[in-house]
Parts: sequence; C-alpha cells; structure tokens
Amino acid sequence: MVMCLLCHQRYEPRLGWSDFLTVKEADVLCEQCRRSFSLIEGERCHQCDRPFSLISDSYRYGELCTDCLRWQQADEWRDVLTKNRSVYVYDEWMKDVVTRWKFRGDYALVEAFRVDVRREFFRHFSADVVLVPIPLSKKRLYDRGFNQAKALAEILSLPIADVLERVDSEKQSKKTRMERLRTVQFRLCTREWRYDQCVLIDDLYTTGSTVYHAARLLKQGGVRDVSSFTLARA
Amino acid sequence: MRFMYDGTNLVPEPLTAGGEKVVPISRVATIPIYELNPHFSPSSELLSFLAGRQLLLDELSFSLDQLHAHYENGYVSYQKGVVPTEQGHRCMRCGNDAPHFFASFFCARCETVCTYCRKCVTMGRVSECTPLVVSNVPPERVVYPHPLAWTGTLSKAQQRAADAVVQAIERRAELLVWAVCGAGKTEVLFPSIQRALELGDRVCLATPRTDVVLELAPRLKQAFPSVSTIALYGGSEDRKKEASLVITTTHQLLRFYRAFDVMIIDEVDAFPYSVEPMLAYAAEKARTKPSALIYLTATPNENWQREMKQGKRSAVTIPARYHGYPLPVPTFAWCGNWRKKVNRGTLPTNVLAWVEKRLQEKKQAFLFVPHVELLEKVAAILQRFDRRIVGVHAEDKARKEKVQSFRDGNIPLLVTTTILERGVTVPNIDVAVLGAEDDVFTEGALVQIAGRVGRSAQYPGGDVRFFHFGKTKAMVKAKRHICDMNDEARKRGLLW
Ligand SMILES: [Zn+2]
Ligand SMILES: [Zn+2]
Ligand SMILES: [Zn+2]
Ligand SMILES: [Zn+2]
Repeated sequence: MVMCLLCHQRYEPRLGWSDFLTVKEADVLCEQCRRSFSLIEGERCHQCDRPFSLISDSYRYGELCTDCLRWQQADEWRDVLTKNRSVYVYDEWMKDVVTRWKFRGDYALVEAFRVDVRREFFRHFSADVVLVPIPLSKKRLYDRGFNQAKALAEILSLPIADVLERVDSEKQSKKTRMERLRTVQFRLCTREWRYDQCVLIDDLYTTGSTVYHAARLLKQGGVRDVSSFTLARA
Repeated sequence: MRFMYDGTNLVPEPLTAGGEKVVPISRVATIPIYELNPHFSPSSELLSFLAGRQLLLDELSFSLDQLHAHYENGYVSYQKGVVPTEQGHRCMRCGNDAPHFFASFFCARCETVCTYCRKCVTMGRVSECTPLVVSNVPPERVVYPHPLAWTGTLSKAQQRAADAVVQAIERRAELLVWAVCGAGKTEVLFPSIQRALELGDRVCLATPRTDVVLELAPRLKQAFPSVSTIALYGGSEDRKKEASLVITTTHQLLRFYRAFDVMIIDEVDAFPYSVEPMLAYAAEKARTKPSALIYLTATPNENWQREMKQGKRSAVTIPARYHGYPLPVPTFAWCGNWRKKVNRGTLPTNVLAWVEKRLQEKKQAFLFVPHVELLEKVAAILQRFDRRIVGVHAEDKARKEKVQSFRDGNIPLLVTTTILERGVTVPNIDVAVLGAEDDVFTEGALVQIAGRVGRSAQYPGGDVRFFHFGKTKAMVKAKRHICDMNDEARKRGLLW
C-alpha cells in the first residue's frame, strides 16, 4: 500500500507503462484521482491544440480556432509560433490541482504529471530541441519558491535554456487585449547562444499572448523554429 | 528566509549589508532569545495581531524592519518551521514527522534544496527556510462578569457533568465528557464557559469538522452575547480578530500558540482525525501552561474506555438523552452474501422488505453502505421502488442540497456512507446498515449511526437494523455500549 499524492488515501498501486521507453512504473495517484484528469482528445485546433468539442462551432475556422486565426492574420505575429501542444484540459479538477501545486506551493505534485507530460511531449516533439521555460518575475519567484514552468521542463530531461527574463509590468488581466499585445513582457538575458529549435514550456495556454511574446523574442534572437508545450489548455 | 548569524546576532537577509554568509533558518544552530526591553515601545497593533499566534512571515502585514526590531527587543521570537529528527523531519506547525508527508525541491527563497511539510501545505508552505513568528507577550485577559444569557435548565445528568467541567476549569485539569448522542452536550458547556470567562480565561472550542464550527458558533454567540467570539474555518472572515471565545477547526488551530487557558475538543473521535495526531499536537501547542483540557465525545476509543475503567482517566458520563428516553438498541439481521446480490442488481429479501415497509408507512430512513462505489449501485436498485431515493457521500458536490431535501421530506430514503453519520439530525427516522460487518463500521461508527434515531422528544423511538453477512466484534460491542449506557441511565434514575 502507498499513499496517493493527491488525496492522501492509501491504495494498491497498479503498474502502468510509463513512456516510450516502456519502463514499468507504479502510478503515484490512486485510480480515482488518475481518472479525474482529462487528457486533450479528439479533434482540435491544429495550431493551439484547443479541443473543438469544448467550443462552439462559431469559434472554429476550418482547422483553426478563431483565436489562432487572429494571430495568423496579424503580420507581426504570423509564423512566430509553429504550434502549441498541451497535455490536459483545463477543467475544474485541473484548476484545483494547479492551485494546490503552484499557489499553495505543494511542489511534489509535479510527479502526478510526469508520465502524461513525457508521453505527450515526445508524441509531438523530437528530442533534439532546447526547452525554454517561461520565467517568473523575481518577486513572484521568491513568493512561490519555485517556477512551475521550470519544474515541468525538468521532467523532460532535455537541455534547458533560461534565456528569458520577465519585464515587470502591471497585472495582465487588467489590460485589454490590444494593451496586452503591445506590452513588452520579456527580454533576452543572453545573446551567447545559437539554437535551431526551441520549445517554450509553461503551465497554461490561455490566450496565447505569453508564448507568442516569448516566441517572437526568440525568433528575433535567431532561433529558426519556436513551438510551445503547456500542461493545460484553457 | 535566510539569515546572517555570526554567533551572537541573527539578521534576516534583506536587512544585511550584503556579502555576508546567509543560511536558511533551519541551519542556525541556536536562535538567540532576547530579554524583554522595557525601554522599547512596541507597536500595540503588532502585538495584538500576533498575540497567542504562530504565523508565517507571509501572513504578517508588518515590515520586516519593524518585526525584527520587536525580535531584538524581546517582544517576538523566531522559531524553525522544520527541524531534523532521527527518521527525517518534523514540522513544528502541525507536528507531522511522517517521511512520506515531506518533499524537497530547489527553493528560490534559500537557493538550496529545501524540505517542506506536505501535510499542512494548504495553510501556506512551511519549509526548512521558513521561520515561524510568535509573540512573547501573552494575550490580553478580559474578565466578563455573568456573561451567560441562556436561561434554560439542565437535566440532572447534564448538571452533574457541567459541575465536573467547571471544577476541571478551576483546577486547570483534564476531563473527558462521555455524552451519548443527543445528550445536549453544548448546553453542558454553558456554565463552564461562563466560569472561565468570569476568570478572564481565553476559551477555545476545537473540532475537526467545519460543519460543527458552523453549527456551534451561532449558538455560543447567542448564549454569550457580550463576549468577543470568533469562528475559524477555511475561508472564514474572522481570521485576524482577537477574541476571548474561539470556535475553530483543527487546521485553523495550527495558527495558535500558547493562547488558551481552556481547551475544549469536540467530536474528538470524528473521522478522519481520530487516526491523526495533528489535532492533538495543535491543541497542545495552542494551550497555555497550565490550562484545562476538556474532551467531548459520544464514542471514546477502546484505550480511553479502558483507562476510565482503571480509574486512570478522569471522566464524567451523560448516559441519557436530554429528553429522558432510552437510546434505541440495534437489532442484527443476517442477510447473506449481499455483495453478490448487489452485483446482480438486487438486494437481500429482508433488506428489501425493510425498505418497502418504510416506504409504505411513509417513514423516512437512512441506509448506510460501507463504500462510495456501492452507493450508486444500491441507490439505483432502490430507485425501482421509489424514484425519489438518492445516494449521497462526503465528496458529493450536491451533498448540501440532497441533505436539505431529505430534511424537507422530499426524499423518502437516503443511501449514504459513514462519513455522513454525524451532524445530520432529522426527527422521526429509522436507520439500517447494509454490510455492518465491513471494517469501516467500527464500534464508534455504529454507535454514531444508531445515535441518529430518536433524537427528538416527540419521536424518541425508532428502528435500528444492522444487516450483516457475519456478526463482528464491533457490532457486538456497539450494541453492548448502547445497552450499558441505558442501564447506567436507568440506575441513576435518569430515564422516564
Ligand atoms: Zn487519490
Ligand atoms: Zn487555436
Ligand atoms: Zn506541517
Ligand atoms: Zn527554502
């Protein structure tokens, strides 16, 4: 018997197939908690991974969702981000789990994501990319004690480049979409690198604004191809 | 937080000049303690905020400069949040020392691998670099002359218990109050809380369950209208207030330190903390020395029952209900391999007959099942007899609505798990347990289940049926427990 990482109940662990290496590993969650996660499944936006089953048809434009269409229609944003891929649907359950992990600060919960994150990542990306975690501001990093994006990146055992830095600004949520688009969110903190392909890592893809800004900066810094990978798609 | 420590002075990193060696607070060998400086004028706001509490820096709204000045002048202390033990670590806020409830990460606050407590992390993370801040000045004592506005009268048994509690409070002693379900134990506390408040004591009533806090707080506020009273639970508004009477959940109690002269622990055996040492640790930490410690329970564990018999634990019993009718005694009914029947989509004949009789007579009932997985299956089977029958469990999102609907009489029978055994009082009901032999049905759980029946003076009787596939010790003990209480009540002349 072991203790479930999330609900703290004792349970009999089942052996599962962990990732492409087909290493057998016991789950850190009880069956009930594991079943509560919803992986992104079915038809989805080719660009941002948003499941079409969760949005109305009016938000769909062929293979794309209307959000992505807007990014593609703006000259300065077109082709900045190759694609986004996410692991889980951001539902009530995921919201609770992410709150406990990142706001309550229970770092250990990252283990609950390990198997799914690795499997989904390597389904969409090759192993010769460099990971760029979305950074936190200094103050927020101190408050939380850890950067959740970095914690996710570390699961993947690929090279990590901490090349971005947050430019402190007012709260994003208070701004309009146009204001958010114009605000500078990041700066490059080094120029002494040369990467061909980068994958930005974050916990959440909501409007895409964060990863698009980071991607544009990387592209301006000379990276050929930038994609993003997040734990959940809101 | 990291600190600079040179053997005499302890300085938080943000207040250092920079360039000195700083370490997480857990690595400071001994944290210096300063004598109270009578020439320092402390902030009364800070002192009253911290009085009787143990808080994280994140929970304080004072500047580090101001706080540290109070430390250097002996008004507050820093304590280590996590300390090493032989098997690993101990969290000094919640007492947890189980290795599987600790985890480590590379911490941005102390820039090293830092271990934190997972058990109380929902209250804000306590890790090796976390100082706990406590005040060295005891909280203010407020004397209330005759604060009790309640004018009811106590039964003979209630009065005897109340006298014993008053005495325990005056002597700063420990006392167990063993009161049957429906004894009216809240009223028993009124004279003793009054006595404590007259003495200027600070009183805490702690319970594992938020429902109990929400139920008790208005009753106590009504009984003691002039007394400053706060109710603490997750999300409550009263968190920052100071009060003479505090009603709190276990978790919120963790934020107190040497605060209470009288500690009353209600439902001490309530699921799931009966198996958890956290409440005991929190209560111990929150008491002043010396202080009175009162336990209230309807179902003391075997250990306590033994200690009482051996005279090692001072206790007082209330064996009769306030209305003076005996407790309904459970009857056992063998029902064969009921799990097999459930899997085939039916129930044992005697169980079905029991349910049908209740439906015919329009008498409301609870049917307890051992596990959540069974709940939906059993409810679905019974819905063939009456579509209004539903199942409800502790995590059920519609729990409140379903329980209310049952109270309103719109649900004839509620299928439920043991988690609901307490707190739900409905007059004139019967209860049955399906699979009473299951391990989840301990003596205490079964006594609590039986205790749902006959609570009101208008309907003091009712049927308690344990359907089983093999009698267990717990079932026999539960029945004996109830019969013993009735016998004692009869002997003491407490029954009609
Ligand atoms: Zn679980
Ligand atoms: Zn899209
Ligand atoms: Zn703890
Ligand atoms: Zn730390």
